[in-house]
Amino acid sequence: MNKRVVVTGLGICAPNGVGLSNFYEALLSGASGITFHQELADLGFGCQIAGKPEIAESLKEAYFTPLQLKGLNSSGVVYGVMAGTDAWTDAGLGKAGKDKPDWDSGIIFGTGILGIDKLRESIYLIDDNNSRRLGSNSVMQTMASGISAYLGGILGCGNQVTTNSSACATGTEGIIMGLERIRLGKAKRMLVGSCNDSGPYVWGGFDAMRILPANYNTNPRDASRPMSASASGFVPGSGAGALVLESLESALERGARIYAEVMGGAVNSGGQRGAGSMTAPNSEAVQRCILDALSDAGIERSEVDAINGHLTATSKDAEEIRNWSEALERSGKDFPYINSTKGMVGHCLAAAGSVECVAALLQYREGLIFGNRNCRDIHPEILEFVDASRIPQNTISHRSKIMAKASFGFGDVNACIIFKEFKEM
Amino acid sequence: MVDNEERLARLKEIVKTYLPEDVPIGNVELESNFVTELNINSAHLVDIILDLEDAFGIRLENDDMDKMQTVRDALNIIDQKLLDKE
Repeated sequence: MNKRVVVTGLGICAPNGVGLSNFYEALLSGASGITFHQELADLGFGCQIAGKPEIAESLKEAYFTPLQLKGLNSSGVVYGVMAGTDAWTDAGLGKAGKDKPDWDSGIIFGTGILGIDKLRESIYLIDDNNSRRLGSNSVMQTMASGISAYLGGILGCGNQVTTNSSACATGTEGIIMGLERIRLGKAKRMLVGSCNDSGPYVWGGFDAMRILPANYNTNPRDASRPMSASASGFVPGSGAGALVLESLESALERGARIYAEVMGGAVNSGGQRGAGSMTAPNSEAVQRCILDALSDAGIERSEVDAINGHLTATSKDAEEIRNWSEALERSGKDFPYINSTKGMVGHCLAAAGSVECVAALLQYREGLIFGNRNCRDIHPEILEFVDASRIPQNTISHRSKIMAKASFGFGDVNACIIFKEFKEM
Repeated sequence: MVDNEERLARLKEIVKTYLPEDVPIGNVELESNFVTELNINSAHLVDIILDLEDAFGIRLENDDMDKMQTVRDALNIIDQKLLDKE
């Protein structure tokens, strides 16, 4: 018998809000975290705007020791440690004592690439025949699993501590991996989440692919336009989101606050076959992933009343909507409420799934569906499947029972999770 | 030339960052072994070496790092490097 799994803690480091209360206020009012970056203009980027969490140096001191701060040049580590530590605290959990780890708590914290600025710093030293000057911290700041390793040490987790990576599906995939571990009784608690570095060395490759908007450098807050007819590419973002997943038993025993139950999830790949490719999703795989998630969750298509989409603000948005509509066999006014967090934070890449799940779960806490920023001109192909009333422009009151969240990534990979309102029996 | 007291003070200032939370700076004495007594993570010895290089304008080789077991060893190595420079 599988254990039931609930969410008991949230942490966030997002472009439009660092810390849960700031993030919530921003989502509520539809505040954008997309800003112009002079650095990108100086480097000749077409897209000179991005979503980057603003972190004061003094705030870092609350999360890192002076030794950890020395030579720290990995934004992903900063975002991930802040979000992960906050989620742990939000769940009412403490750090393990000095001599013994917490064997029942583990971490799956994903990333795309970690510490790219540190890597650049290191490469310059090495090319200058000066590798001896790297010191001891270039490895832990640039190994992909650096983020789970930092968090593991800070919190003292003694269960599985690892890092997953599946491009823009990373965050959502990690939650499903944590869910499975707790279900099987292999852990009581899993800190799951993901982070993504900020800066030109992360975003440059996407700019080179010409898939970022280049016409919003003077009005950055209007640039990220999921589901809009005038969407012209995704706005690169960064940050981290984190959730504490816990067996229902453990949560009830501790008297922890429960945001929602994680009913199930699924991951798959389109195999880069059919219409699928390295960069484009195979629709059949997307629909299968949604249906597999529902089946895993034991939930009927008709029960889904809210969706937080992947919806990046590219020409693929209409295709995603069609996939939801066909998979759920729902359309028009019968379609669930749907929103995209990316209108406010941009596309946080590997951090997207976790940042957006935190947003989705805050909707449970507050009984709301956050509004869609920048989509007053809903794409006509989307309106063929969904009535405009199901795409709220502003935050509305709605107590969701069943919410679906999906993320899709390069490599034709998909992840979908089903959350359910939690009510004490 | 910097006198010994001042060198020790500068060394302590550098070492302070690398001490575990439960080891006060007051525990750092001339005969203290960095790893076995002060419980400094041995991985950080390379960082202490780099900080010493910056602070004293010297360059330490792998041999020096092997010899640098205690605070006194470190001071002796710094003295020698500064003498070599002159």
